[in-house]
Amino acid sequence: MSSISSPRGTRAPAVEARALIKTYPGGVTALNGMDVTVASGTVFGLLGPNGAGKSTTVKILTTLARPDSGSATVAGHDVLRHPDRVRRAIGVVAQNSGADLVATGRENLRLQGRLYGVGGAVLERRVDELLERFSLTDAAGRPVAGYSGGMRRRLDVALGLVHRPEILFLDEPTTGLDPEARAAMWDEIGRLAGAEGLTILLTTHYLEEADRLAERVAIVDRGRVVVTGTPAELKGELRGDAVHLELRTPLGDTGRSLLDAALGALPGVHEVVGDGRRISVRADDGAAAVPALLAALERAGVAVAAATVARPSLDDVYLRYTGRSYADADGASSASSAPVLAGGAR
Amino acid sequence: MSTALAQTWYMTQRQLMVFARQPAYAVITLIQPVIWLFLFGSLFKEVVELGGFGTTSYLDYLVPGVVVMSALGSNLWAGMGTLEEIQRGTLDRFLTTPVSRAALMNGNVVHNGIVTALQSAVIVLLGLLGGAHYAGGVLGVTVLLVASVLLGTVFGALSNALGMLVRQRESIIGINTFLLLPLTFLSSAFMAPAQMPGWMRQVARVNPLDWAMAAGRSALSADPDWGVVLVRCGGLLVLAAAAVWLSIRTFRSYQRSV
Repeated sequence: MSSISSPRGTRAPAVEARALIKTYPGGVTALNGMDVTVASGTVFGLLGPNGAGKSTTVKILTTLARPDSGSATVAGHDVLRHPDRVRRAIGVVAQNSGADLVATGRENLRLQGRLYGVGGAVLERRVDELLERFSLTDAAGRPVAGYSGGMRRRLDVALGLVHRPEILFLDEPTTGLDPEARAAMWDEIGRLAGAEGLTILLTTHYLEEADRLAERVAIVDRGRVVVTGTPAELKGELRGDAVHLELRTPLGDTGRSLLDAALGALPGVHEVVGDGRRISVRADDGAAAVPALLAALERAGVAVAAATVARPSLDDVYLRYTGRSYADADGASSASSAPVLAGGAR
Repeated sequence: MSTALAQTWYMTQRQLMVFARQPAYAVITLIQPVIWLFLFGSLFKEVVELGGFGTTSYLDYLVPGVVVMSALGSNLWAGMGTLEEIQRGTLDRFLTTPVSRAALMNGNVVHNGIVTALQSAVIVLLGLLGGAHYAGGVLGVTVLLVASVLLGTVFGALSNALGMLVRQRESIIGINTFLLLPLTFLSSAFMAPAQMPGWMRQVARVNPLDWAMAAGRSALSADPDWGVVLVRCGGLLVLAAAAVWLSIRTFRSYQRSV
C-alpha cells in the first residue's frame, strides 16, 4: 500500500518497531511479528480487539516489557539499549495509570514532574496550565479518590504530559468512560494532536475512535498488523459506499441471478451480494447510484421496501482483512478481560 | 547521586502521605502490640521467677520482644502495598519515567523504616507508662529502634519481592500466617532462652528476630554487652542489605512477566 507523503514525512519516524515477538510464560503468543512505523508529529492508531497485542506493543515501546526478539526505536533511541533516553522523551497514559488516591490532583502532577527533574516555579506553572487545560482546576485540591471516572482519565492524560514529551502513548484512552466523557476526551486528544508537534500513538478497540482521531491506522489481529493506512485509504479500498436494498417479496434463485447481472451492469456499481430478500451493492457514489438501481428494479418488476446508503466504515475494513466481524472478535475476547476501573477500592 | 537521593525522598514522601492521611490505620496497628504487652505482661508476670530473664520485671523483658515482633508483623505486609500498586498501574507508571529503580524500592524501605521506628517508639512509651524500666536509657532505646528497623527492612524487602513475583494476595497472606507466629515463638520474645528446650534454643540462635531482641535487651540493660549488640546488629545489617538488593533485582523478572 502506498503511503501518502506529507511535509512531516521527511523527518525520522518517531516510532519504528520491527518484527516484535513476545511470548508470555505459559506459551501465550502476544506478538507475532509486529511492525509499526509512526511518522513524527502525527496521530497513529493501533486498532484491534482485546487481546490482539496492542497493549503488549505499547509496553515494549515504553520500556516496560522486553520483546523475545525484534527491535524498536522510539524518538530515535533503541528501547533495549537506551531505555533511559526513551523514558525522557515519552509520556505514557496506560489503561490503569494508578494516580495516588489519597493525594490530590495537584500533588500527583507535582510528583510526576519531579520524577522527570522538573521543579520549582517551572513545575508549578506547568501544573497550573495542565489543570486548567483538563478542566481540573476546581478539583485540584481534592484527593483523587473522590474524582469521577472522566476526571481521573483526564488527570491520567495530564500526568503523561507534565514533562512536555515528544511522543505520547495513549493506551485505550476512553475505555470505561460514559459517552459524554468519551466525547470530551476525544476533543482533548484532538486539541493535543495539533499542538507542539506532539506525536501520539493510541490504541483503541473502538473503530469509531480510530476513525475520528488517527491520521493513520494499523489494524492489529493476533499479534501482528494486517493492514496500515489512513482511515480514508482503508475505506477507499472497499470501493465506495454500500447500498442496501430490501425487497417486498423474496426472489427465487433464477430471478436473483438475472437481477444481479442487470444491477452489476449499471455504471459505477461493483459488487452485488445478498440473499433472497436483501441485496447489497457497492457503488462509487451510493447516493447517485440509487435512482438507477431503483429504475432497474422497476424494469425487472421487483418491488422495493427500503433503500439505504452507508459510507464504508473501519468495521467493513476489519471484516475484509481478518475475515471476522469486528464485534465478534471483540466480544469473544473481551469476556475474559477485567473491568477497567476495578482495583481502586481499598 | 543527588538525583537518586531526591527521587528516593519523593517516593518516601508519597507513601508517608498515605500513612499520615489515614491516621485510623496507624492506631489500629497499635492494638495488637498493646494486647501482647499488657495481656501477656500480666498473665505471665510470675514467669521471671524461673530465672534467666536478666531482670525481675517481666514487662521489662517483654518490651523488646513485642517491639521486634510488631516490626516483623507490620513489615510482612509491605508486599500487599506493592501488589496493590501493581494492580492499580502505579508501579508501571513510575517504571516508564526516568526514576531510578533503586529509588523506587528504597522509597519503600525508607518509608517502612520510618513507620517501624515510630511504631517501636510508641510501644516503648506504652511500656514506660505500664511501669517498665529502661536502665540503658536513651542510648539503649535507640539501639532497640535501630535493631527493629533493620529487622523490619529484611522482611519488608522480602515481602515486596514476593509481591512482585507471585502477584497474588493469597500467597502473601499464606506466607505471613506461616511465618509470623513460628518466628516469634522460636525466639526469646516471651521466654528466656535458659528456660527453652535445647532444640528451641538452637533454632532461636539463628532466628534474625532473636538477634534484634538480644541486641535491644542487652542495650537496654544496666550493663550492656556491646559485643553482643554489634554482632547482632551487624548480622541484621548484612541481611537487610541482601534483602533490599534482591528486591531491586526482582524488577527484572517483573519486567519479563508484564
